[in-house]
Amino acid sequence: MTDLLEALLRGLGTGSVYALLALAFVIIYKATRVISFAQPAMMLTGAVATSYIAPAIGFVLFTGLSFFISVALAALATAALALVVERLAIRPMVGKEVFVVAIITIGIDIAIRVVANGFIGLGARPIGFPWGLDRVELLGLQVQIRHLVMMGTVAVVVALLFLFFQKTRYGLAMRAAAFDQEAAMTQGVSVGGVFAMSWAMAGALAAIAGSLLATGAGVDRQLWLVALAALPAIILGGLDSLEGAVVGGLAVGVVEALVGTYQREYAPWLGDNVALVSPYVLMLLVLLAKPYGIFGTPEVRRV
Amino acid sequence: MRGRPAFYESYSQELALFNTRPKQVGVGVLVVIAVLMPFVLQDALLRTLAIAFVFAIGALGLNIVTGLAGQVSLGHAFFLGVGAYTAAAISGDPEGRTIGFGIQEMWVWLPAAGIVAAICGVIVAPLATRLRGLYLAIVTLGLVFIGEHVFREWSDLTGGAGVGRTAAEPVLFGFNFSESSASFSRDQQLYLLMFVLMLVFALAARNIARSRVGRAFSAIRDRDMAAEMMSIDLPRTKTLAFAISSFYAGCAGALLYTISGFFDPASFNLLLSVQFIAMVLIGGAGTVGGVIAGALFISLLPTLTRELPAYVPMISSQVTQTPNVFQVEQILYGLLIVVFLLFEPRGLFGIWVRLRTYWKSWPFSY
Repeated sequence: MTDLLEALLRGLGTGSVYALLALAFVIIYKATRVISFAQPAMMLTGAVATSYIAPAIGFVLFTGLSFFISVALAALATAALALVVERLAIRPMVGKEVFVVAIITIGIDIAIRVVANGFIGLGARPIGFPWGLDRVELLGLQVQIRHLVMMGTVAVVVALLFLFFQKTRYGLAMRAAAFDQEAAMTQGVSVGGVFAMSWAMAGALAAIAGSLLATGAGVDRQLWLVALAALPAIILGGLDSLEGAVVGGLAVGVVEALVGTYQREYAPWLGDNVALVSPYVLMLLVLLAKPYGIFGTPEVRRV
Repeated sequence: MRGRPAFYESYSQELALFNTRPKQVGVGVLVVIAVLMPFVLQDALLRTLAIAFVFAIGALGLNIVTGLAGQVSLGHAFFLGVGAYTAAAISGDPEGRTIGFGIQEMWVWLPAAGIVAAICGVIVAPLATRLRGLYLAIVTLGLVFIGEHVFREWSDLTGGAGVGRTAAEPVLFGFNFSESSASFSRDQQLYLLMFVLMLVFALAARNIARSRVGRAFSAIRDRDMAAEMMSIDLPRTKTLAFAISSFYAGCAGALLYTISGFFDPASFNLLLSVQFIAMVLIGGAGTVGGVIAGALFISLLPTLTRELPAYVPMISSQVTQTPNVFQVEQILYGLLIVVFLLFEPRGLFGIWVRLRTYWKSWPFSY
């Protein structure tokens, strides 16, 4: 029972980060109808930026706070990078086939990632997270502090996002543009501005997610693969649903943690590291039943 | 019609394999040049070209499903892997460390690799035919990850991660292409073998595109609902597109590693799939000549960037220093995809069409 609960908590911890990554994908998708495969690069850039900023300001402030400040600064930097990318490579392609744009983002991803890798160096780079892999005892369960930090940070970010979309005029503009671009345009919404904002927000979210993920073992060259684990999450939830992204992300995290805990005991013939591919298997299973995910809008085709 | 090559009197004329005389002559000249290459170029470059031809076979396969039928697949690397392991297992040493049946003849293992990959394609197809657009891209991406896991863990077949196994031997009727003979070196033989195979596969691809099935693929790409109205069975046709494409991928996978002789389960990753997508898009989706040009271009790119340190002193050829050749190669690779698609979405083939129109309509620019 303790094992199960601890696995669930671990899963919810990483799952909340997946939810953040999935939100980034969904925000871009809703605004531009394109899946940005450049998100892994944005995530890596954010994590690398944090690992450089944190030591620089760490000695001024007390433990913990400096980490969160550097994550926020890294998120801003990554958002700026995303803005540049959007303006140079994505805006000229408005109205072109979505698949071509998706492949462009793959090209961007490859190029940015090489540069970010150059800053990591050969081994893993510590990110300046004060607690590392330390655990605390919570209601008789052993929990890693970093998982609690993940859940807390993500809860705050998601709440802020919700307020932004519901209460501000920019959030309203983004919702309007996602619903119907032409109608939004006639009401004076700058659709180009919405595209730019969606990329910047997605970049910032990816940077936060990357920094949180790297709290354990530091930033290494394999970190970007984790961002792709958010793809099953958005497919599970449905490409165009923000709630779906959160639910899908948590589900993927929990399934991964459960498989990681119990697979060796019950199905050893599957080999090592099955947990890493379990999100994709889960995705295939869900799609067999529901082709547009759990919360996604089925495509209505007019003859 | 003399002097009016674009004037067709019948559909069969327009659908002919080479519908104009210049095409016929042009392809003939290119083939002759390619056959003469082994006597001019050095072995290292010939080997790169041989690999490029195999990549072209794989890219032609992806072109059938993505370029013709319009179904985006990021899972090509998986089918390549299936083909490579099938071929290696059939021709492998029965006494060896990994599974092997000892049938070395290429006419056995090459079609077998294609067929096993095609069967995998058909198994995946029911999922794929229900999904459209980017959903399909993500699902096929999942396939690559699952495949990578299986290849890594099934070490009886694949040798395991970081170890790998020997690839199939290209033996045809007792003649081993990977052993130098009296008159040709190993690389010259492999170059010629791969070139001929690529020609066969390219002709087949062109003929598929011309046939009833191929035109059904294009109809689905252009408007699936209209195609359905014209009594094209969507699930069946899409499944067929996946099967043919996977057959090509399987054959390409089987051939690819005969050149290096050895391969590792980590080869069949997302980057390989992206490479194939890049070949198709940079070459020109839906065209045979363009895709082959794209495959040659992408495969020769590393050879070109290796020359860079000689001209740009900032770039080092050591892996340990930071702006090194390999990083530049990767960045160039990423940026090329971006720049190409931004400025010429129809790829190399689009550039060719523009040039051709310019000369045909000269001195009028419209």
